[in-house]
Amino acid sequence: MLTIDASKQLGEFSLDVAFESDGRVTGLFGASGTGKTSLVNMIAGLLAPDRGRIVLDDDVLDDTAMRIHVPAHRRRIGYVFQDSRLFPHLDVAQNLDYGRRMNGLPRDLDYAARIETLLDISALHARRTGQLSGGERQRVALGRALLARPRLLLLDEPLASLDEARKAEILPYLVRLRDETGVPTVYVSHDADEMRQLATQVVMLKGGRVAAVGGVELLPK
Amino acid sequence: MSSITPEEWTAIALSLRVALVATLVATPLGIALAWLLARREFWGKGLVDALVHLPLVLPPVVTGYLLLLTFGRRGAVGAWLADSLGIVLAFKWTGAALACGVMSFPLLVRPIRLSIEAVDRKLEQAASTLGAAPWRVFATVTLPLALPGVLAGMVLGFAKAIGEFGATITFVSNIPGETQTISAAIYSLIQTPDGDSAALRLVIVSVVIAMAALVASEWLARRATLRLHGN
Repeated sequence: MLTIDASKQLGEFSLDVAFESDGRVTGLFGASGTGKTSLVNMIAGLLAPDRGRIVLDDDVLDDTAMRIHVPAHRRRIGYVFQDSRLFPHLDVAQNLDYGRRMNGLPRDLDYAARIETLLDISALHARRTGQLSGGERQRVALGRALLARPRLLLLDEPLASLDEARKAEILPYLVRLRDETGVPTVYVSHDADEMRQLATQVVMLKGGRVAAVGGVELLPK
Repeated sequence: MSSITPEEWTAIALSLRVALVATLVATPLGIALAWLLARREFWGKGLVDALVHLPLVLPPVVTGYLLLLTFGRRGAVGAWLADSLGIVLAFKWTGAALACGVMSFPLLVRPIRLSIEAVDRKLEQAASTLGAAPWRVFATVTLPLALPGVLAGMVLGFAKAIGEFGATITFVSNIPGETQTISAAIYSLIQTPDGDSAALRLVIVSVVIAMAALVASEWLARRATLRLHGN
């Protein structure tokens, strides 16, 4: 369970949000410029709130009153960015293994094989990242985040940089991840159709504020 | 033209040793400083930046004299080094390495700093969300991606160090076998009657070393760049 009550001033824009998510996939929905990415960066620990609390499963990640700010690398929160951000100097296998190494986790070949099969990336191991298609890059980025064994997965418009055909290629993988991995996820999108297929709970953002919290029926038709 | 004499070989070997030691000692310092200048804001950053570049704009003889005042036997640091650690730099080849290191430092730091600035911070953020502490982000992402710049800085620094003359001769003089580098040897030879052919031999050696360094750096940089673009 993720509980957020936080605010942040970013130039002219102010973000001030409070909500609780207990869904398997919480959709952050809103037009561009409503603060979705800033909010996700706060959850990841890349951006510190000016005021408020962020709590994940009884673990306080941010509490400005108590001067608590857990840095990103100690949060165990996976993050898949819009631009996959694969490490260009590492091959696919090394990218996938990066989070395990950094967290000092033992090798778990069964888990790795399961995630890689789920995402259909086992055959890409030896490739350099420059030799991957856009869809493959995002699948590897998903695998890399999951293999770090995150407590929460943040997906920030992972399909936005892809064309329609590629979106249709990746979406089923996301549905499978939701149904088979059980990692709670925050999914950011401005696409209502995408959101309807994935989210189990929807948080509508408007101008840096939470406009509504509910089910997928909140989404515009 | 006759072949290279043992005295000339001594100067060549000394030059290579001095430049190599200067570069190897200066590189970790240069990387740390380049990272600070590229990635951190701190009080006095402008001053540190100016100090790093000072040897580039000061007359070399001034830098050499300042080194002599500081690291000479009676200098504040020099006396302490000699008394407590037994390290003497003045008129020694190690002093030549220090002078060369100081003189080449700005050329070493600049490409490293530029290449660290060019590393996408988004990749560093991605690494931290994957559990990498700041120093591991540096070691596994920033530094490998900045490698072409590090190599370029090392080669530039090495080339500058091997050719350094003014600060070195001021600080450690021109002692054959101890502090007489190629440059100092050429200087001595062209002041001696019939030193011309020996000077010319050393000039050719300098050109060969410089060319080899440039070709090597070009080759290393191209390999590193290919690797970094994920191909």
